[in-house]
Amino acid sequence: MISLRGLTRRFGDLVAVDHLSLDIAEGEIFGLVGPDGAGKTTTLRMIAGLVDPTEGEAVVAGFNAKTQTVQVRDRIGYMAQRFGLYGDLTVKENMRFYSDLFGMSAADRDALSPKLLDMTRMAPFVDRPAAKLSGGMKQKLALMCTLLHKPQVLLLDEPTNGVDPVSRRDFWVILHQLVADGLTLLLSTAYMDEAERCNRVGLMHQGRLLQCDTPQALRQSLASDCYAVETAHPRVERERLSKLPQVLSARPAGSALHVFLKPGTQPETVWNTSEQPVERIVPSLEDIFVATVERG
Amino acid sequence: MNFQRPFAMLRKELLHISRDPRSLALALAMPVILLLLFSYALSLDVDRIPTYIIDHDKSSDSRSLIEQFKGSRYFSILGYPDTYDTAEYGIGRNECLLVVVIPKDFARDLAERRPQPVQLLLDGTDSNTASIARGYSESVVTSWTAQRLRVKIPVEARVRVWYNPTLESRNFIVPGLISVILMIISALLTSLTVAREWETGTLEQLLSTPLRTAEIIAGKLGAFFILGVADALIALTVGILVFHVPFRGSFIFLGVATAVFLMGAFSWGLLLSSIADTQLQAFQLGMLSSFLPAFLLSGFIYAIENMPPIIQVATYLFPSRYFIAILKATFLKGLGFAELWPQLLALVLYAVIVSVLAMRRMRSKVA
Repeated sequence: MISLRGLTRRFGDLVAVDHLSLDIAEGEIFGLVGPDGAGKTTTLRMIAGLVDPTEGEAVVAGFNAKTQTVQVRDRIGYMAQRFGLYGDLTVKENMRFYSDLFGMSAADRDALSPKLLDMTRMAPFVDRPAAKLSGGMKQKLALMCTLLHKPQVLLLDEPTNGVDPVSRRDFWVILHQLVADGLTLLLSTAYMDEAERCNRVGLMHQGRLLQCDTPQALRQSLASDCYAVETAHPRVERERLSKLPQVLSARPAGSALHVFLKPGTQPETVWNTSEQPVERIVPSLEDIFVATVERG
Repeated sequence: MNFQRPFAMLRKELLHISRDPRSLALALAMPVILLLLFSYALSLDVDRIPTYIIDHDKSSDSRSLIEQFKGSRYFSILGYPDTYDTAEYGIGRNECLLVVVIPKDFARDLAERRPQPVQLLLDGTDSNTASIARGYSESVVTSWTAQRLRVKIPVEARVRVWYNPTLESRNFIVPGLISVILMIISALLTSLTVAREWETGTLEQLLSTPLRTAEIIAGKLGAFFILGVADALIALTVGILVFHVPFRGSFIFLGVATAVFLMGAFSWGLLLSSIADTQLQAFQLGMLSSFLPAFLLSGFIYAIENMPPIIQVATYLFPSRYFIAILKATFLKGLGFAELWPQLLALVLYAVIVSVLAMRRMRSKVA
């Protein structure tokens, strides 16, 4: 459904996105994960035809995002990172406006709007100005506005940024329903727990796609080597570990350190296991991400 | 272009306007406030010139000349100082604009038919008023002399002023002012609109839909056009009913010209808006490029014919020049399409060129 070939965008000397190649199948939930400035937003904007790539191409539902922008825009729903709706217009008026922009008939709109309002539990707030909605409700409204024209592809740029955990869970319930109805979903996020909900995850750092696989496979690719160690002095311990050749990376996680060792390394060569409690763990995506980035 | 999308834009813009009653009130009250302020403050009529008269002669002739000044509505005699110094001090302190000095032996020399000059001292700080005051006072002295000596001035100029017989400045200020007001309002209102969407991030969302840039422009133009027409009607009504400016031309012709002028002015605002990155920038550009030319380079107050050639050429670039010519001619001269088509054509060209530029400048990409 989405196909990226050597997608690159430079802003002056800065390479925001660096030769990104990726295929996303229909009905997939794909998560782009990475810190701020990794190039996630620019990638999504290029797919939506809002930014032209310097090199390479993005093809969405068979149309080139740069040259066939109009066809692409008819088929996508794009939700920008910043709330892009009109604060002085009510929920209903915002929805009406966007349904008109997508050329929907009044009948289609009247048929679909209640369903969307129902699904997002926004029906009681239709007459409230968008500026007076909570963060989570704003995101739901923005999502509804991008869904009105029944897009095939949904592009969400950090959709749950600044949204409370309960609303985030609600939001994900809605997203899973949409995908069940056949939508393809590409989202960017800085939250690792959110990435775990995706079918596949791409780890982005400094414009490059470092790794790309299912969350399970990503975890397993490094599972054999990850240990959690409890320590009273995490900073001293981390300092000590970082100097050992058999240690790949170590990062604090709560009161413990999550440590990746070179494959085949016995933990006994690093710790006195009789004195220090060391536990072999399945790493989180966050562990993997940090390890991947630190290894370059 | 389909119609649902630009119409949705228009509807949305009207909703914005209606949700912001303060801006709406400002947009509708502004023409009235500006008209009242300008037509009272910007009166170029000169009368009741504050005057001192020094009478060194104190004869019946000098008193008769003084009576002549007192009887004219153009002069207001504030006093009769004895010394030159007092009068000079009066001009210095802005107490008077004019000092009439009647010399000693004025009556005797006049009787002997070798009249002495009467001195007129003028405050030239405001050269425009000074030269008008000079004209009035000279003619008082001349006509009094002619009467006194019972001579007929050999060739007399008989003046008839057409179109504005009483030479009231209000009659040419108000029509010109309508153009200035419409230009300011339209350029300011529209220059903010795209910049605002850019700042709040809504433009990125708009651009991700199938909405074309031409449709964004069309929708926004339509909404502001409604507001602009309302402003034009208010300004016309106030001008004609409150200020009693004569209207001798065709309302239909003026209506067409106003519509074309508004489209040009709005397009200019949109063009600025698409160039500027912030609302503040857009506002400053809008103010600079609409107010100044509309005021100074349009023939509103300062006649274009008196400007240096290079400035005269520059005036052709601004639509106010043509619109003011149309306004003044329809109001005062009662001219219509037959005489004013070149000006109308210029307005049409301006509107077309600037709106096309605005559409081309309008971004369809975020970066």
